[in-house]
Amino acid sequence: MNIVVLVKQVPDTWADRSLRADGRVDRDAVAPVTDEITERAVETALQLKELHGGSVTVLTMGPARAVDALRKGLAMGADAAIHVSDESLAGSDALQTSAALAAALRTVEVDLVIAGTESTDGRTGAIPAMLAERLALPQLTFLSSVTVSDGVVSGIRSVENGTLEVRAGLPAVISITEQAPEPRFPNFKGIMAAKKKPMTVLTVADLGLEVGEVGGDASWSRVANVTPRPARAAGTVITDDGTAGAQLADFLAGAQLI
Amino acid sequence: MGQILVLAEHTQGTLDRVTGELLAAAALLGEPAAVVVGLPGAADALLEQLAESGAHRVYVAETADAEALLVTPAVLALDAAVTAARATGEVTAVLVNASIAGRETAARLSVRLTAGLINDAVGVELIDGVVVATMQALGGAYIVQSTAVELAVVTVRPHAISGQAPAASAERVDITIDTAALPAAAITAVHAEVVARDRPDLTAASVVVSGGRGLGSRENFSLVEELADVFGAAVGASRAAVEADYCAHHMQVGQTGVTVAPQLYIALGISGAIQHRAGMQSAKTIVVINKDAGAPLFEVADFGIVGDLFTVVPQLIEAVRARQNA
Ligand SMILES: Cc1cc2nc3c(=O)[nH]c(=O)nc-3n(C[C@H](O)[C@H](O)[C@H](O)COP(=O)(O)OP(=O)(O)OC[C@H]3O[C@@H](n4cnc5c(N)ncnc54)[C@H](O)[C@@H]3O)c2cc1C
Ligand SMILES: Nc1ncnc2c1ncn2[C@@H]1O[C@H](COP(=O)(O)O)[C@@H](O)[C@H]1O
Repeated sequence: MNIVVLVKQVPDTWADRSLRADGRVDRDAVAPVTDEITERAVETALQLKELHGGSVTVLTMGPARAVDALRKGLAMGADAAIHVSDESLAGSDALQTSAALAAALRTVEVDLVIAGTESTDGRTGAIPAMLAERLALPQLTFLSSVTVSDGVVSGIRSVENGTLEVRAGLPAVISITEQAPEPRFPNFKGIMAAKKKPMTVLTVADLGLEVGEVGGDASWSRVANVTPRPARAAGTVITDDGTAGAQLADFLAGAQLI
Repeated sequence: MGQILVLAEHTQGTLDRVTGELLAAAALLGEPAAVVVGLPGAADALLEQLAESGAHRVYVAETADAEALLVTPAVLALDAAVTAARATGEVTAVLVNASIAGRETAARLSVRLTAGLINDAVGVELIDGVVVATMQALGGAYIVQSTAVELAVVTVRPHAISGQAPAASAERVDITIDTAALPAAAITAVHAEVVARDRPDLTAASVVVSGGRGLGSRENFSLVEELADVFGAAVGASRAAVEADYCAHHMQVGQTGVTVAPQLYIALGISGAIQHRAGMQSAKTIVVINKDAGAPLFEVADFGIVGDLFTVVPQLIEAVRARQNA
């Protein structure tokens, strides 16, 4: 089974992230990290490979430094990496990003595409569904568990009001939730081996996309304005002396919350 | 005036509340129309409700696969409805609930129509004929307004939009879809979450009581529910509480969970990691109970108590009950 995992580099959620006036996350102000959910996607892929054989390829679209996310995936145990990297892609919206990723996926033979449910910077949760649409593959998204057997992928989809059992024949696109297994740590051997694994770089031209189709200037959705939310005013903090519960009830009554 | 298509959500012959909200949002932008996807015969019971909620037209796609395939029936129905609606005039926007399935439906539709996708709007307006949507970004730290070039496909956060569209005629237009045309996952079983009776939705609740690792165990987590009952509140949790299996995953508030903006948010035994704050810092009033005075969540608290939650919460329940009964 050939698995492609979509990994993404994002600004560290532990840092104070900020938005630029054009609505893009300020990627220079904050250290980039691999989005944790996509590391879980890599882990899921590696476990499936351990069970069923085949190969794991990590794929990302992002600037030059996003190569770190691919290296980490290779160090964890992926076999190959594809980096979609082209300056003209900067500022692409979800529609354009999915077009580029779909084009990259068409360059390889793939049975299973594994993504995270949604990324911590944009939080659109759109890319996996868009890829299923573009590649005409069944979509099994928001899976809290996945199994593959006899060419069929099945899993539990976790939604707001419960769970669904879903299944489809391969090839398919899946996305996994935070309940997917925790990512393994790359060991020294893995990090050394990663250096020798194949890394393909694809440009917009390589993907057969028109430069005018991608990038912020051609995007289909645009940010008109960005306003920071005003900081919260400082509140009252008390130490419990046995009456804290009653004092809180007074406060809530004063604020007409009870 | 352009038509605004709304994907209707319905359960056993009744419109879900969010559908009324979407139609109210649609009325701010143009002429509201609804798209119903359901089993054969499903639309009959909905037409009158859709008329009351302001739909001028109702595009109906009935298929035996409506509940058996994941996401694709709604995608095909919206696509066919846009085509049908365009035959009678302009379509300015398509509005879908920003639920998990709704966001995926909108994402796929935007590919099919090559239309800009705007996600998780908390407000919409029409400015000079252009749809402008308001969103919160980076956990509510920013307010962002976006527009789409030409047709806008917008997902709208549930319970963010109030008001009601004026009643309309809900003229029925049947459309056909071929669900076999699109590869899809089959839904083989549905397990509805058993939620405590009378407990509001996390995203809709005006009061949310959340518990963190400080609760210590699944058994102790019932204290969070007890306090929530006093307020008629929804129950939330930190990721640490979810990971420790004190409660279900869909209760997680934060960066990778639900975003809430209630009138009152009470956090019990939650330290206030930046990823948790991202999901609750838009709450009007924040109350924090934590035994560690250095917990970062105190920084955003309107009222904080440094103390043991197992002694403070029972006191609080008693004090609030006393006032409620007075
Ligand atoms: C990519 C990413 C995404 C994440 N997404 C989320 C998210 O969506 N939501 C989320 O919540 N977290 C998220 N996290 C995790 C986050 O970083 C924290 O680990 C988590 O929020 C901590 O949960 P907690 O506050 O319950 O636990 P802890 O940080 O362990 O805090 C427990 C608190 O309980 C207090 N306490 C203990 N006993 C008592 C007592 N008897 N009385 C009073 N107080 C007591 C302690 O003083 C402590 O402050 C994410 C992390 C990453 C990296
Ligand atoms: N630029 C990208 N490169 C690779 N994968 C991506 C990219 N953007 C999104 N994804 C994948 O799609 C998932 C959902 O992201 P999103 O739709 O942006 O919320 C992520 O967890 C990734 O697996």
